[in-house]
Amino acid sequence: MLQVSGLNQLQRLALRFAVISLLFYGLTILEGMIMRAHQINFNMLDADHYFAMMGAHPMVGIFGSSFMLVFGAFYFLVPNLMNKEIYSQRLAELTWILMTAGVGLVWLSGFVFRYAALYTNYWPLPVSGEFSPMALGTFAVGNIIIMTGVFVFCYNIFATIFHRQGEQKPMAPMLASAFGIDGFINIYRRVMRKGVEKEPIMPLPIVAIFRGTVDTVLDALVLGGISVVFLFHAFYSFMGTSLSAGWFDALLYKNIYWWGLDLIADGLVLIYVAGTWYLLATIISGKKLFMQNIARAALLVELIVSWNVWGHHLLSDQSQPMWMKILSGEMVTAFELITMGIAVFVTLMTLWQARPLPMTPALKFLLGGVLGFSLGVPAGIIQADLGMNRILHNTQWVIGAHAHMQLLVGLGMTLYAAVYALFPMLTNDVKLKSNALTNFHFWAHLIGGIGMSAVMGFAGMDGMLRRTVYPGDTTFQSEMIAAAFFGSLIVAAYLAMMYNIISSIGVKGLVEVFVKLPEKMKQRESTAL
Amino acid sequence: MIESSQVMGLMKVVYVIYLLIVFSLMGMYAMKITKTGSEFQKANIFFYGWVGLLVCTGVGVHILTFNKIPWVKWDINRAAINAEREFNITIADYKFKLPEERLLIKKGDMVRFDIASEDHTYGFGVFREDGSMVFQMQVVPGSRNDIVWKFESPGAYSIRSTEYSGPKGSALLVKNVVFVATEKEFARLDKELRQKQDIYKRR
Repeated sequence: MLQVSGLNQLQRLALRFAVISLLFYGLTILEGMIMRAHQINFNMLDADHYFAMMGAHPMVGIFGSSFMLVFGAFYFLVPNLMNKEIYSQRLAELTWILMTAGVGLVWLSGFVFRYAALYTNYWPLPVSGEFSPMALGTFAVGNIIIMTGVFVFCYNIFATIFHRQGEQKPMAPMLASAFGIDGFINIYRRVMRKGVEKEPIMPLPIVAIFRGTVDTVLDALVLGGISVVFLFHAFYSFMGTSLSAGWFDALLYKNIYWWGLDLIADGLVLIYVAGTWYLLATIISGKKLFMQNIARAALLVELIVSWNVWGHHLLSDQSQPMWMKILSGEMVTAFELITMGIAVFVTLMTLWQARPLPMTPALKFLLGGVLGFSLGVPAGIIQADLGMNRILHNTQWVIGAHAHMQLLVGLGMTLYAAVYALFPMLTNDVKLKSNALTNFHFWAHLIGGIGMSAVMGFAGMDGMLRRTVYPGDTTFQSEMIAAAFFGSLIVAAYLAMMYNIISSIGVKGLVEVFVKLPEKMKQRESTAL
Repeated sequence: MIESSQVMGLMKVVYVIYLLIVFSLMGMYAMKITKTGSEFQKANIFFYGWVGLLVCTGVGVHILTFNKIPWVKWDINRAAINAEREFNITIADYKFKLPEERLLIKKGDMVRFDIASEDHTYGFGVFREDGSMVFQMQVVPGSRNDIVWKFESPGAYSIRSTEYSGPKGSALLVKNVVFVATEKEFARLDKELRQKQDIYKRR
């Protein structure tokens, strides 16, 4: 059982993030399954309730679950990898409080006030009077709070990485190393046979974390900025004055919004994931990363690529300039196949060099994560094509074979690999109760995630749209029943993991991560156990 | 001429093959990584070969579709294409305003759909009777949203919004409103349609 009194501040902090993340993940898959049932024509919900849930689903999943787990892990790893103190423990605590409050408000804006402009928020739908000012205002305030939490995290991470703690290290080489430029210099030296290759200042996972965090800041700027606009409209609407939406060009808005939003999907997620793979591969194998200079350089390329790929979301927008569609939508996007492919190769080769390796939960889930991205990224490249996008855009292919394959299988299993790898470090070597449950978690999540995503992909190829309900239409019912079956495996996997973790840590330990229990209650719990 | 249904049919086969290849490779890797084995020789060469394959695949997909899928060139050159028929459609308040009660098209004719939105961002998609998609585009307010298309299969097609425009947007569907007819059938149906319109106008 977990002895909370023996944990240091960083361990406790990371566990707080992890617990909240896993609870939000539970909410996300519960919502997902309710929507799945509705798609089979159970007609459980009114349209406005269904779409309010669909709007909250990715917000809770991305910011409440994935971001929280990533932030918690990075708050723990960055100081440990750099052998430094965290810049500010208070700011770190503030991060999870802000993120939890913000995600909670966004969820409430849908659940109570039926805000349902989805996460795309295409102009002018949010401000067009379709939703009450209270709904829009609550969503905007929630989103602003989330983005404030993101800024606090980024500031704290940047400060931790670059804070020199009284040492007189020059800033420029540190910054160059964090951007991966020394990786390029080493490649140049090797190719041109000029000078000696130097060991980079920053550990590779730190480079990935820093690089991903740059995208996180930019993404928060755009999403936060748009939310301020929404709040402005909501305020005037509340006061009885309806502002015109005509001041903002819908296509320009779409470009700006997708530029920011895509920094999550095609920016920080891929960069953070690559960094996590590299870290796990080196921890599991005990070896140096294979071709680490290339990996460093690829991370910089990925950063530049992530700023220029949003055009693939606008391939079906006929007024979007054709050169932007071809350059950003097709060509730059194709680079993601290359940078992700490099990350896959480097990770697998690093592990391969350390054969034979025991098939630990961390390794198993890491390979699952690699598999997820190997299936999801090419699916995205297919739809980022002028010809294919014409018949795939906004179908279930996009959200299934591409997005859910990457998020549920690729990102999800990578994060679980980190959870299983960090669990002993965060809990002072608490052992998980059941290996069988860990194995069940792996297989049920893998089969469920891939099965559901692939079935959705087939439904998309048959013409089924995303963000659309088909009341009384049974054309896609068989695919939706299969998707629900695989979805229920994901729920079973989650329950098995939660039972395993909670029974290993103990409910008391779980609560004490947040609040100190009175002595009497502790004694009562120990006697009961 | 290749139709979108044929492209989708081929894609299903390719996707299944791709899934099987990736599962097999990852399965073999997972089994072998737990066993001892000789060191991987020439890993660097393998790496650069891998990167080369990724570059060729990433670029090759676009070259292939540009040359084999006809609507890519239609789309790029659509401003210069003279369509045999043109339909101007407006979407407002979650309703299609159609120029005619039936959008009659002769098989093989180049048709232009020009769609305007008066309020939200919508989509415009044409679907076959089995629910599969012929094509779609986005309909953004304040922008010109036009697409040219050539229908090769006679039959009835439905139109629906393919973009989320609010909870009411899912109902934005008109069934079997596009009718593609053979040349012989087209002459008869067109005449009937004109007569109907005349009667309507006189009333």
